[in-house]
Amino acid sequence: MQTITTLQAVYNALDHVMDPEIPVLSVLELGMITDVKVDLEGVHVKMIPTFSACPAIDVIKENITNAVERELQMPAFVTVDKEVNWNSNRLTDTAKEKLRNYGIAPPGKHEGEVNLDMLIKVSCPHCGSENTYLRSPFGSALCRALHFCKECGMMFEQFKPLS
Amino acid sequence: MQLEQALPELLIKIADDELIIGHRNSEWTGLGPVMEEDIAFSSMAQDKIGHAWALYRILQEHFNGSDPDQFAFMREAADFKCCHLTEMPISSYDFSLMRHFLFDHAETVRYQSFSQSSFTPLQQLAAKIKGELKYHTLHADAWILQLCTAGAESRGRMQQALDNCFQLAGGIFEPGEAETLLIDEKVYPGEAALYQQWLNNISPVIEKAGLTIPAMTAPVYGGRKGQHTEHLQQLLNEMGEVFRLDPEATW
Repeated sequence: MQTITTLQAVYNALDHVMDPEIPVLSVLELGMITDVKVDLEGVHVKMIPTFSACPAIDVIKENITNAVERELQMPAFVTVDKEVNWNSNRLTDTAKEKLRNYGIAPPGKHEGEVNLDMLIKVSCPHCGSENTYLRSPFGSALCRALHFCKECGMMFEQFKPLS
Repeated sequence: MQLEQALPELLIKIADDELIIGHRNSEWTGLGPVMEEDIAFSSMAQDKIGHAWALYRILQEHFNGSDPDQFAFMREAADFKCCHLTEMPISSYDFSLMRHFLFDHAETVRYQSFSQSSFTPLQQLAAKIKGELKYHTLHADAWILQLCTAGAESRGRMQQALDNCFQLAGGIFEPGEAETLLIDEKVYPGEAALYQQWLNNISPVIEKAGLTIPAMTAPVYGGRKGQHTEHLQQLLNEMGEVFRLDPEATW
């Protein structure tokens, strides 16, 4: 019982750790957490980056360590899980909704492989129009692409689908 | 040669390619012909350097290698195993774009093969990287097609860029000494197989763009043996200038 309570508390703490580049999403909603264990040493959290060269990874690790230690008063050990790779289907539905409200088009669900259509047919998060085009597969962060909406004339970003 | 030497040799040449082309890509930061291209080359630089770091990290963890930063910044040119294509200066945008097209298709073929590798750390990393590389080839293909259909001068320049890059790109597939061992051990299918697959992948794009693919008559080898152009040492001097002021500093 003690362990279940503690695990729940760890997940609560993780839900308070926001992504530095998308501050409306927690590391849990982004699907970055792959394992949580509690033992006599403390709390062990395994996590994965969205894109392998993500520069925010060290900051995120530190934020997780601080949040868990602060909320549980236990030592926390955060490691990168090499056995699991992040893919965009790990984003929860709530996360996708929050992304859209934040002005970033969420990635569609893929069946193991990302096809070109998923990159090109993207609804505008501002007006909902599908009359958009991919302007560049690279945006302000590694996980984002640049699109333009011909309906409302707004540039917008998409969280890239990744297999 | 034993697998314990053959694997690091393979990892080092791939990582060095990534680091050096990553640095070259970053030289477009602030200079891109349009804002989107400035961002694209900067983003690709970040990806490449991140991939290099991950490979150096495998060397450190599995082959008793040195710290990735030390390994990246403190070696001399002769210790680098990158191919000459990656070390050439950025030149004009047509050259950089063509290099990016030829190189990223080669990387894609390579990491697809690595994703079946018997060497688990490489297999795990490749499974991740090959998805990310889709954005690199998507970007390259789109711009090659766009520029090649934008008029005679534009297509002429792209053909010239292809002619300038093609033998250099052949150097990506310079065979290593322990090739047979790596093939037998199912680490990867070897350079000749990758080269063939690469040709199969780039040919339809090049044809669609209306360019003529040159014959691979004299692939530029030597990089994998530590023989380089004078451009590499100049690049290394600049890249490591700050790091070498205080190699022990924590960043």
